Amino acid sequence: MSTIVLLAVTGLGLAALYFLVASGLSLVFGLADVLNFAHGLFLSLGAYATWVAAEHMSIEAAIAVGVAVGAGAAVLVELIMIRPLYTRTIEQVLVTVGLSMAGVALLQAVFGADPKPFPRPQWASGVLEVFGARIPVDRFVLIGAALLVFGALMAFLKWTRYGLIVRAGVENREMVTALGIDVRKAFTLVFAIGGAAAALAGALAGIYFTTVSPATGGSLLIFAFIVVVIGGMGSVPGSAFAAIAVGLLQQFVNYYGTSGAGDICVVALLAIVLLVRPKGLAR
Amino acid sequence: MSILSVSDLRVKLSGLDILHGVSFDVAATGVTALLGRNGAGKTTTLRAVMGLAPYSGTVSFAGSPLDTRTFKRVQAGLGYVPEDRCIFAGLTVAENLKLASRTAKPDYDLVFGLFPELSQRSAQKAGSLSGGQQQMLSLGRVLLNGNRLLVIDEPTKGLAPKVVTEVASALERVALAVPVLLVEQNLAVVRRLASEAIVLSGGKVTWTGQSQTLLEDAALTKSLLGVGH
Repeated sequence: MSTIVLLAVTGLGLAALYFLVASGLSLVFGLADVLNFAHGLFLSLGAYATWVAAEHMSIEAAIAVGVAVGAGAAVLVELIMIRPLYTRTIEQVLVTVGLSMAGVALLQAVFGADPKPFPRPQWASGVLEVFGARIPVDRFVLIGAALLVFGALMAFLKWTRYGLIVRAGVENREMVTALGIDVRKAFTLVFAIGGAAAALAGALAGIYFTTVSPATGGSLLIFAFIVVVIGGMGSVPGSAFAAIAVGLLQQFVNYYGTSGAGDICVVALLAIVLLVRPKGLAR
Repeated sequence: MSILSVSDLRVKLSGLDILHGVSFDVAATGVTALLGRNGAGKTTTLRAVMGLAPYSGTVSFAGSPLDTRTFKRVQAGLGYVPEDRCIFAGLTVAENLKLASRTAKPDYDLVFGLFPELSQRSAQKAGSLSGGQQQMLSLGRVLLNGNRLLVIDEPTKGLAPKVVTEVASALERVALAVPVLLVEQNLAVVRRLASEAIVLSGGKVTWTGQSQTLLEDAALTKSLLGVGH
């Protein structure tokens, strides 16, 4: 029983990280039709910005700095590199893949390729006993952060004008424009939101994995893409549901099967969803 | 006097020439019908007027050239009702209307006066409305704002006869206050609403004049539109 609880909470913690990366990715793709391979870079920038800032301030303030850096980087990327390329899909892919590779190289050049120890706040240390399982508190921190972001995103989508524009734009972007709305402002906003969520994931991944490295963004991005496709492009609840499925599947199969089998099962799940529901579970 | 002037409009889509130098004026009052057989280029013309299709040529609105961006054209006072309604199925009726509202005081009284069903179904998802109700919502979205010209593409397409009458009555009332450029296949509706007509064929304007003149001449109607009446 205690093993199952530990695996479930750890799987949900991992799912929280996937959701934080995937939610922004999903909104950006759903609204703007941009497959942003540079999204992992926002995560890495957030993690490194937090790491650097934590030397000068509290970890909480440092995380806020990291989130701001991730959001700012996402806005700059949208304005400077993506905006001139809307409707030019191939060029978008080339630019974002190139930016992702260049970003990792830049981080390696500045901070080195080796993982650096990440500061661990007091509130994320220690263990909690749940149904006999001793579970590290950082899992609950990840889950709590993802729940907060999920709630905030749903409130934004449901109750704000820009949320309404995003929901409508995911359905039919052209028609939003034909109602007299400058949809490009919404593009910039979803990039900022996505960048902030990814940067938060970067900081929390640093706490969870206890290190930060230039490759962290890229490795989490792969599973975030899988989550987005399974959940359905543009759907935040879909991303949440898919992230939980992927996180739990990985944990349980890796533990009860052989190591690495969880990743294979996740890819198999992706293939099944693509065959049965090509637009994802939520669409 | 015209509210909209289109001159030498040319559109090429996927390597095919769709419009070959279309020119016409839309009267500042009443309904101007844009007619033609299927594939004549009517919808493409409207999309070009709205900035939704790439084109060469000039489109002037109230004497001034229009901004190239669609949302700026709409903000300038061009209200657009597309073919197939294009309502947002996942949003409620109220959310569809709220999204479309651009003014501090959107005219909900007009919209709900013309289409009371929209008021009764405001909490319903737009995707679950009937075709007629979706068309009312599509029209309602543009009527919320004080537009200076309505560009409406086949508003009665696929609707039941009773709903066609309802939509035509609404358009008749709306056209008393705002000029309308209307694409319509239903000639009875055209006869009821339109004072002027422009006929397109093969991406060119082949006839312009009073709609009554066209529709009362069975041979002309048959030769230009391929249908009797």
